[in-house]
Amino acid sequence: MTDPTQAGLRESATFDRATIAGIQRAAETGVYDIRGWGAKRAVPHFDDLLLLGASMSRYPLEGYRERCDTDVVLGDRHARNPLHLDIPVTIAGMSFGALSAQAKEALGRGATEVGTSTTTGDGGMTPEERGQSKNLVYQYLPSRYGMNPDDLRSADAIEIVLGQGAKPGGGGMLLGQKISDRVAGMRTLPAGIDQRSACRHPDWTGPDDLTIKILELREITDWQKPIYIKVGATRTYYDVKLAVAAGADVVVVDGMQGGTAATQEVFIEHVGIPTLAAIPQAVQALAELGLHRKVQLIVSGGIRTGADVAKAMALGADAVAIGTAALIALGDNHPRYADEYAKIGSAPGYYDDYQDGRDPAGITTQDPELSARLDPVEGGRRVANYLRVLTLEAQTLARACGKAHLRNLEPEDLVALTIEAAAMARVPLAGTSWIPGQGF
Amino acid sequence: MVALNAGITQELKIDLATSSIRELNAELHAPTARRYEVHNPRGAEAIAVGLRDEIDVEIHGPAGYYCAGMNMHADIVVHGNVGTGVAENMMSGSVRVRGDASQSAGATAHGGLLVIEGSASMRCGISMKGVDIVVGGNVGPMSAFMAQAGRLVVCGDAGEGLGDSIYEARLYVRGSVASLGSDCVEKQMRDEHVAELTELLAAAGMDHDVSQFRRFGSARRLYHFAAHNSAAY
Repeated sequence: MTDPTQAGLRESATFDRATIAGIQRAAETGVYDIRGWGAKRAVPHFDDLLLLGASMSRYPLEGYRERCDTDVVLGDRHARNPLHLDIPVTIAGMSFGALSAQAKEALGRGATEVGTSTTTGDGGMTPEERGQSKNLVYQYLPSRYGMNPDDLRSADAIEIVLGQGAKPGGGGMLLGQKISDRVAGMRTLPAGIDQRSACRHPDWTGPDDLTIKILELREITDWQKPIYIKVGATRTYYDVKLAVAAGADVVVVDGMQGGTAATQEVFIEHVGIPTLAAIPQAVQALAELGLHRKVQLIVSGGIRTGADVAKAMALGADAVAIGTAALIALGDNHPRYADEYAKIGSAPGYYDDYQDGRDPAGITTQDPELSARLDPVEGGRRVANYLRVLTLEAQTLARACGKAHLRNLEPEDLVALTIEAAAMARVPLAGTSWIPGQGF
Repeated sequence: MVALNAGITQELKIDLATSSIRELNAELHAPTARRYEVHNPRGAEAIAVGLRDEIDVEIHGPAGYYCAGMNMHADIVVHGNVGTGVAENMMSGSVRVRGDASQSAGATAHGGLLVIEGSASMRCGISMKGVDIVVGGNVGPMSAFMAQAGRLVVCGDAGEGLGDSIYEARLYVRGSVASLGSDCVEKQMRDEHVAELTELLAAAGMDHDVSQFRRFGSARRLYHFAAHNSAAY
């Protein structure tokens, strides 16, 4: 049968083919589906916003002659040594274990080449990553795998992870096929087991305790390192207020489109809120505290283009972080692996089985032969190229809005294409002055 | 700070009634002495954290959260009770508490020896990764939760849910165990376990008959996801 719809067959909107396949898979295996990537469902996103370029009422900058600066300082609230990045696009936390050592090194190389930061993950800091990353953010996670005070002191910033957009309220997961001897050694776990990370930190509960934990980390590092707090986007307004009260220098908000290496499908698709809905909540919280732009806001979850960067910053972010897009830049889901994806039941554009360690691109694997396919130097070049394009695109849009710095973009530069996006982003529906929820 | 016998034994006395925690930790991170006495801690948080030199630190009085956190190489004694997270993520060296400890004592610690002469509250040894912990009294509920490696010795009783989701840590309990957590089981005391327990008790300075202890560890039934284990999660 070529196209069932041509024969008059009708697919159920409720029981679509993916849903049917999910039920069949569950009945077959008795275990929930675990996969990588972020939410795949359609949610209001940056594509539902448009920028208002200059014309009579606004004055644009010359595209190729006038400067549009891109640098950002992160963590100058309390830290003696804040990060000063050349571009506001950072690499999000991804673990060695979830990714190959080559992939981690490549991300470090790419970020360093364009003057931005990269981030460790649930599994500790590798020498390859530290060695190739000028600005390395060290994640402090509930599992504390590989947690080492020397690494803490060698980091350029510390990110206390409370959650991530793909699974707010959930802990990490790394299946046995990716627990190689090296990964196991770094995590102090037997090789080959299915590793379940805790979802709560072991030695503090609640924002009052977190205040004391931050004091400890500052004391250990002699108040030199910026301290970030990362939350998955849910009750973002309250979470950001509490993070700031606990003493964060930087708050990282990760929307539900943010990626994961391994999480239950049901969790990825049904918990959390879209990035677009989270940013205004975070900005409102910071503004009410009088700390917008003083406690910096990093936004992640579905950043793909310079337009996304510009729109996130116009909504009030100081910087963004990319994860999935960085992996794609490295070679993830590339058509050149079509045959190999087919052998493992996937295809370019669909591959999300980061959990099973058979990644043909050699990125989300610990298999020595597969990992060797990724050249860290070439991978770093590709990541750097991609980061440059994101920056150039964002600059292009900012200049058109008359901005001499990306951070000067503002909500007033945006309109929404849909009522949902207008309500979430708190900008007017295009062609109107109507922001749903803010009067009539 | 007052030098005690400066130039002879290289001792310094730091009074937290007049010095700040920042001043204390800054001195301990770049030590100018070999031995320190800390007075009037008055339950302050983050006392003697992040040490990395082979120095002795004696704290005279109660300490608050995260005392001796992330210790490396130093030998620290607290003459009093301690708050949450004493010696959390310790890498090496030793920490001795002459009183009781609050929650999460020795959490995620990778190495070294933590001795609590009194009792420890809940989550003692949570997610421990190689540390040795010896508790003279009792430990509270959920102790050794997700304990990955190392040894926990409890000379008194253990609360509910001991060793829940434990990996490869070894637990020794002299008194009663209110209940065991998921995948934690009693195991046979073989000669090598008697030997290591004897060694641990000696290192902690505790005098008990090792034959009174029972050993607990992982049944390793939850090391891989399986549908039939859903009730255990």
